[in-house]
Amino acid sequence: MSSVQTPSTFTEGPTRLGKAELAALVAADIPDGAFVNLGIGQPTLVSNYLAPDSGVTLHTENGMLGMGPEAHGDDVDPDLINAGKIPVTELPGASYFHHADSFAMMRGGHLDICVLGAYQVSARGDLANWHTGEPGAIPAVGGAMDLAIGAKDTFVMMTLTTRDGQSKLVEACTYPLTGVGCVSRIYTDVAVFLIDREGGDGSVVVRETHGVSFEELEALVPVPLRRA
Amino acid sequence: MVMITQSALDAVADIPDGATVLIGGFGPAGQPVELIEALVETGTRDLTVVNNNAGNGDVGLAALIGAGRVRKVICSFPRQHDSHQFDEKYRAGEIELELVPQGNLAERIRAAGAGIGGFFTPTGYGTPLAEGKEVREIDGRHYVLELPIRADYALVKAHRADEVGNLTYRKTARNFGPIMATAATTTIVQVHEVVPTGAMDPEVVVTPGIYVDRLVVVPTATTPEPEEDQ
Repeated sequence: MSSVQTPSTFTEGPTRLGKAELAALVAADIPDGAFVNLGIGQPTLVSNYLAPDSGVTLHTENGMLGMGPEAHGDDVDPDLINAGKIPVTELPGASYFHHADSFAMMRGGHLDICVLGAYQVSARGDLANWHTGEPGAIPAVGGAMDLAIGAKDTFVMMTLTTRDGQSKLVEACTYPLTGVGCVSRIYTDVAVFLIDREGGDGSVVVRETHGVSFEELEALVPVPLRRA
Repeated sequence: MVMITQSALDAVADIPDGATVLIGGFGPAGQPVELIEALVETGTRDLTVVNNNAGNGDVGLAALIGAGRVRKVICSFPRQHDSHQFDEKYRAGEIELELVPQGNLAERIRAAGAGIGGFFTPTGYGTPLAEGKEVREIDGRHYVLELPIRADYALVKAHRADEVGNLTYRKTARNFGPIMATAATTTIVQVHEVVPTGAMDPEVVVTPGIYVDRLVVVPTATTPEPEEDQ
């Protein structure tokens, strides 16, 4: 029902975004009335910044639409949890369904947006977020691959660089892929990137920067950039 | 014809060594803990278990794995903060893992129950989990062939049944129950209560009784009453 708007012209903000500010920025870009799945971890914070009158409906892939906030105290019900297995609440208008229906509505393109974390995203929107491929690591994928390719728009939220300063926006992912050409936007602490999933000329559009100039960003990221 | 058994042990007593068993639940929610622990008690070995996860803590599926009864797990998300029973067996090379994206896992189970011989899904295309699988391009998009997961037994937790096996579930504990009930030769369901036939509104039935072979009542102390599902 609602489609993501392609905004605006390039802007530069003065300071790097904290996790809360980044979540608020993502929330502000979610259109009223959208059906949205927020991934486990940092993306869950986005729900704190959705306006109560926005009409946004949250999907949780374990089988619910109309998920409310985390449950506390007497509201905790072991039969009512989110995909991260955290007790949650139901909002008026909620519905429950089994797993095949839940993933059919995702794969069938009925969700408007999903927001996921990432280890790496490539310039053409390939996503790596499920496995570092380290020997000895026990792999676990959950619904990440279904989510990445299922929603109409897949947003990634992450810090732009790893702890040792490597850009997570890359020419080509070196970690095992979650999905091919699926990410449409990347929200990071220092910039918001718009991805052309058709491949385009291989460059990535920068909608805004925070705490760095466009030129400083170009030096950080190993893919060609252009201003929105 | 549905059989109402006197105990969880009676319900699972004939599950043989080497069986493939679908086990409902998403983490603890909807996990048929009492049926699984009865299976621990029967001593059945060499099982292939299909579940979203690979056990939490030391109860239910974790106990079955910890007791060394499971040869192979087919699941989407084995590694969790409390999956130590599985982790230990996996690292010791004592358990086989087939990792399946969650939606493909659900659809493969659904396909088995619906008599579908396989399906092409976009999920997993271009990833390590699609390696070796047939790929087809349909209308410009790439799809991977996935095959059904059929089982000898399904162990499911529902909320309420009637005497002909119609089932309702509670909230997100529904998860894999309705599809697993369709995909096994013998489906065994534990419920909070069985109501007389005719006492359940046919409009609210989630799993029709045709899919259910055995019922056992396991009252759940923590389940709030009543729900408006009948």
